[in-house]
Amino acid sequence: MARSIAFREALREALSEEMRRDDRVFLMGEEVAEYNGAYKVSQGMLAEFGPKRVIDTPISELGFTAVGVGAAQNGLRPVVEFMTWNFAVLALDQILNTASKMLAMSGGQVSCPIVFRGPNGSAGQLGAQHSTAFEALYANIPGIKVVSPSNGYDAKGLLKQAIRYEEDPVMFMESEVMYGDKCEVPESEYYIELGKADVKRIGRDVTIVSFHKMMKVALGAAAELEKEGISAEVIDLRTIRPLDWMTILESVKKTNRLVIVEEQWPFASVSSEITYRIQKEGFDYLDAPIRRITAADAPLHYAPNLVNAALPDVPRTVKLVKEVMYARK
Amino acid sequence: MATKFSRETYLYWYELMQLIRQFELMAEEKYKMEGKIRGFFHAYVGQEAIAAGAMTATRPEDLFITAYRDHGLAIAKGVSVNSCMAELYGKATGNAKGKGGSMHFFGKDCNFYGGHGIVGAQIGTGAGLAFAEQYRGTDNVVLAYFGDGAARQGILHETFNLAMLWKLPVIFICENNNYAMGTSIERTSNVIDIYKLADAYEMPADTIDGMSAESVHEGIGRAVKRAREKGGPTLLEIKTYRYKGHSISDPQKYRTKDEVDEYKSKDPIHQLLKTMRDNNLATDEEIKAIDQRVDAIVTESVKFAEESPWPDDSEVLKDVYVDQNYPFITD
Repeated sequence: MARSIAFREALREALSEEMRRDDRVFLMGEEVAEYNGAYKVSQGMLAEFGPKRVIDTPISELGFTAVGVGAAQNGLRPVVEFMTWNFAVLALDQILNTASKMLAMSGGQVSCPIVFRGPNGSAGQLGAQHSTAFEALYANIPGIKVVSPSNGYDAKGLLKQAIRYEEDPVMFMESEVMYGDKCEVPESEYYIELGKADVKRIGRDVTIVSFHKMMKVALGAAAELEKEGISAEVIDLRTIRPLDWMTILESVKKTNRLVIVEEQWPFASVSSEITYRIQKEGFDYLDAPIRRITAADAPLHYAPNLVNAALPDVPRTVKLVKEVMYARK
Repeated sequence: MATKFSRETYLYWYELMQLIRQFELMAEEKYKMEGKIRGFFHAYVGQEAIAAGAMTATRPEDLFITAYRDHGLAIAKGVSVNSCMAELYGKATGNAKGKGGSMHFFGKDCNFYGGHGIVGAQIGTGAGLAFAEQYRGTDNVVLAYFGDGAARQGILHETFNLAMLWKLPVIFICENNNYAMGTSIERTSNVIDIYKLADAYEMPADTIDGMSAESVHEGIGRAVKRAREKGGPTLLEIKTYRYKGHSISDPQKYRTKDEVDEYKSKDPIHQLLKTMRDNNLATDEEIKAIDQRVDAIVTESVKFAEESPWPDDSEVLKDVYVDQNYPFITD
């Protein structure tokens, strides 16, 4: 039986189910316990699991990340919540220099099964320091995996998978503005393998690739395009690293056109990598240059019109698709 | 007997300290004279008593983690000398399969959690190792080593705060050799006595003479007892001195020869030997036998390293993920 629950509830179910199953799993972060989560993801979890396993930290990103990494290296399976990935930059040394590299540096001896999670990307008028989307930055790092779901169903299955089966560090990207999104989620337990994209809408004329909350723009554009007789296939990457480019290539073989919509800054972004891969593996299938819409190449400003102008939207995506279709208008 | 420690303890200390010393002198020769070892190389020479005293004050189940000056502690914890020399050579038989080098020795089986290259990072990671021991309800403790330079990093302060908040079973050991690379401690802070940094977190702290294995054993022993009995962390400032430069490429223009000579006169191995002789704890023949054994182990390690194969080129993409099916990008 599926029921409609919020994205945050889907995450909570994933965390709670895995914590019930495995004593080694614990949740640590700012305001996760007594406050019930800055965004209420962990609501009620302190009451169920107690302070040993749902652990409030001081505002000490580098410190508690280091404790999580060390605990993972020594046999536990921590889930570390960042109030936003923007604050995780303070802990990047532990993620990049310790968590991602220790398996290699130790010749395979010291692994780090840890999940870092929290909201990522813009969430309205929060100003530049609370609005960065970090998928591309983390996807550049060997040794870790990067997950960026667009809905509660995927988020639950992917988070359960990350906690239970992944032996490597996983960066799990959520969104402040998606936590309230409702979604059909089955009551029975399920897992979703990392590294697999999902075709969210089948189409024949053009492929639109996106992930995270930009999937709303991609699906919105596809709905608009349908009204004009253009059939768009929409692919949700779900995992950024490793990148499931085969699913994109298979779609492009059919549509011969590719547009990528993402909230990353443009330089060395997720779309940059996809574009390289598809031009190399699918050159003969392309009937138009691969195009993309990214966030503006600038910090995100505060004014509402500047926020809108800096981020991908449905009208611009529709327009770009028409350009790769060589449509008249 | 006039000494607090047994004859066996002294013999153990002497052999371990000589093994570390001779290993490093041999490795330095292979580096400088023959070019068989490359990369950054930070010697422990002069600091061996800290490894020796720590070993007798702890159990094998206790975990050690340190910075890049890691040869001495790795050998002390029981990482094989052969695998240490092979790691310096970059060979497949190294303790990190030739992937770590001098700064990144590892021996998880011996509870040696490495050799870390970012100044201070292992202080926090070490507290995490201790968190896991506390979480599982063991009474094992973690010794997290760092240098005086790392005392000025933010991670130290965040970790001290968390370790005291959660009463983690970790002993923070500052090996204060007076120099953060080429910057003397007076030039790094208004607070010269590093042990006082613990006061801000109401953490117990102590200073120890790092040239004496006895003092190190006693100081670490007190801290270990506290941690085992759920009393939380301790900061130990162990005063020591590195005779060698910061790394093998350091011309040491920031200190005088007299200063180095003064500390050499306090050499921990010479001091230990004097105590042993003054108290008739070992005959010259016994000392000689130990020296010969150490020489043989070190010589064998060079032979082992030289005869070992390089890692296969295919190792480039191994040990990057535990996931054996990870689809690497190869073009």
